[in-house]
Amino acid sequence: MGDWLGRASTTAVGVIAAILLTASAGAQTRAAQPASPQPRSGAYRAPRTADGKPNLSGIYQAITEAYWDIEPHSAAPGPVQELGASFATAGGLGITDGPLPYKPEALAKKKENYANRIKLDPEIKCYLPGTPRGMYMPYPFQIIQTPAYIMIVSSYARAVRTIYMTDHKEAPADSWMGWSNGHWEGETLVIDTTGFNDLSWFDRAGNFHSDQLHVVERITATDADHLSYEATIEDPQTFTRPWKIALPIYRRLEKNAQLLEFNCIPFVEDLIYGQLRKPSSN
Amino acid sequence: MLRRLLVATALAGFAVAIVHIAPLAAQGQAARGSAGAPAYKVPRLPDGHPDFQGFWNNTTYTPLERPKGIDREFFTKEEVVEQMKRAAAEEGEQTTPGTIADVHYDFTQFGLDRSQAPVALNLRTSLIVDPADGHLPPMTEEGKRLNAARAEARKRAGAITDAAQNQPLSVRCILMDRDGPPMLAGAYNNNYQIVQAPDTVMILVEMLHSPRIIPTNGRPALPASIRQIEGSSRGRWDGDTLVIETTNFTDMFMFAAQGASADMKLTERFTRTSDDTLMYRFTVDDPKVWTRPWSAEVPWKKSIGPIFEHACHEGNYSLTNLLRGAREDEKRAREKKPASN
Repeated sequence: MGDWLGRASTTAVGVIAAILLTASAGAQTRAAQPASPQPRSGAYRAPRTADGKPNLSGIYQAITEAYWDIEPHSAAPGPVQELGASFATAGGLGITDGPLPYKPEALAKKKENYANRIKLDPEIKCYLPGTPRGMYMPYPFQIIQTPAYIMIVSSYARAVRTIYMTDHKEAPADSWMGWSNGHWEGETLVIDTTGFNDLSWFDRAGNFHSDQLHVVERITATDADHLSYEATIEDPQTFTRPWKIALPIYRRLEKNAQLLEFNCIPFVEDLIYGQLRKPSSN
Repeated sequence: MLRRLLVATALAGFAVAIVHIAPLAAQGQAARGSAGAPAYKVPRLPDGHPDFQGFWNNTTYTPLERPKGIDREFFTKEEVVEQMKRAAAEEGEQTTPGTIADVHYDFTQFGLDRSQAPVALNLRTSLIVDPADGHLPPMTEEGKRLNAARAEARKRAGAITDAAQNQPLSVRCILMDRDGPPMLAGAYNNNYQIVQAPDTVMILVEMLHSPRIIPTNGRPALPASIRQIEGSSRGRWDGDTLVIETTNFTDMFMFAAQGASADMKLTERFTRTSDDTLMYRFTVDDPKVWTRPWSAEVPWKKSIGPIFEHACHEGNYSLTNLLRGAREDEKRAREKKPASN
């Protein structure tokens, strides 16, 4: 899945893009609070923090099938036969603005990633999810907002992003989650993230990036319980041009909503280290 | 471990080291109990609560329990400075190239030894302040049985090189003493960042990029059936002191090394006593294991950021290599010996 894009001819690209637009428009009419790529200014004014900024604090979660594949994809059997329907791929309309503009050699690598995803997907090993993947995985995340630092903490693998709101600097070292400098543009939190390693993926379908990845996210509250999330992905080593993802993100409304621990390392030790265990027969 | 060091620790260590090489004693905060200190006026946030935000470091030379032969609660300042100098010299000793010891990373070279970290001067002879003798209280019979059973289970599981699960939690990148809770310093990289939002305090522990999210809005505790390696923390303000109560532990937590059970109730108290000192005190109440609660106190020293991503598990080559090395040793031993044995 997703591979069909590689076979699409140049002339088909326009058609596909049109289908995507239609599909995403359809999704938006169905959604209670659609994430519009450019929230109308003045449409919603978020409550303010003590320093007068839109208050985005809270516990949120994306509701999307994009964690399987950020591109449009059909439902399909899961990669683990024993898990049957419970770990089968849910079909999804995708969150991209069109077919991913891979360079030819990068597309070949994407296909290889997909074919070997059981071995290669960092999520299976409980590795940090990277950015933006951590934002639309099927786990809640919490935004803790202060004037100088906005922390985005995912329940998955305890992934932490620190958004530096005042002390902007160049990434001092490469990392999984990247180095994020943020600023406010009216109602919108704009986060500019660089300093990535080349190890994280975008989804379970092998969509990937290099360490040249540059992500610019725009997060805007569209009402009390929804965020519009949009990200521009730039990686000249992997893609021919920048591309975008957009999706709504939902507040977890349970009264006692809270992040529970998901320290998944103990869950993957047999998978990663099992073949190095001392044979039990002496 | 080397990988861990290179990825995050070295950078953080260096950054901290350069600024904090100044003589430690001069920066010291007198231990609580020495009288005459003027009342400190703590900075406050818009919601009126004390401001603990910033970067902190809890590196210490003080052992949890009072060393043998010491029957005092405090050392003199001169004694402590002398001890720290001696420890710094020992930690700064270079390993000899080509020896096995040298394969391990050099703490001083990478800015990791304690003398290059911010250290709050602590005159106490032990971190334990209660009981007054500076020692853990006696264990209950049940506590002794529990810990004997743990030791037995470890023995049954085999050598630590037999399986990943036999290694300490720290080597498996699951939990380190800096994470706790309670949060106690390790040999290096004892870096923390505190951020305070209304209703939430977050302590980001650099080791294992561990975020402790502490609601301060009276959220009810988790049901007892939900257990977490780092427990479940709830905070409240007691005047100018942040009080954090943590329960719902599992048997898989660092503090089990001291013998605690999963039913431990931990109470941590943070009080800012000067611009560069946050006093951290914790009480362990675990009647299953100890005959009485006990408390310890560690001053945290103001530090500088940033906190780096400590992707320990992702770069855990050392665990793979430890296990692979052990299997290789076994293979060689088999090849050397005659098959009959």
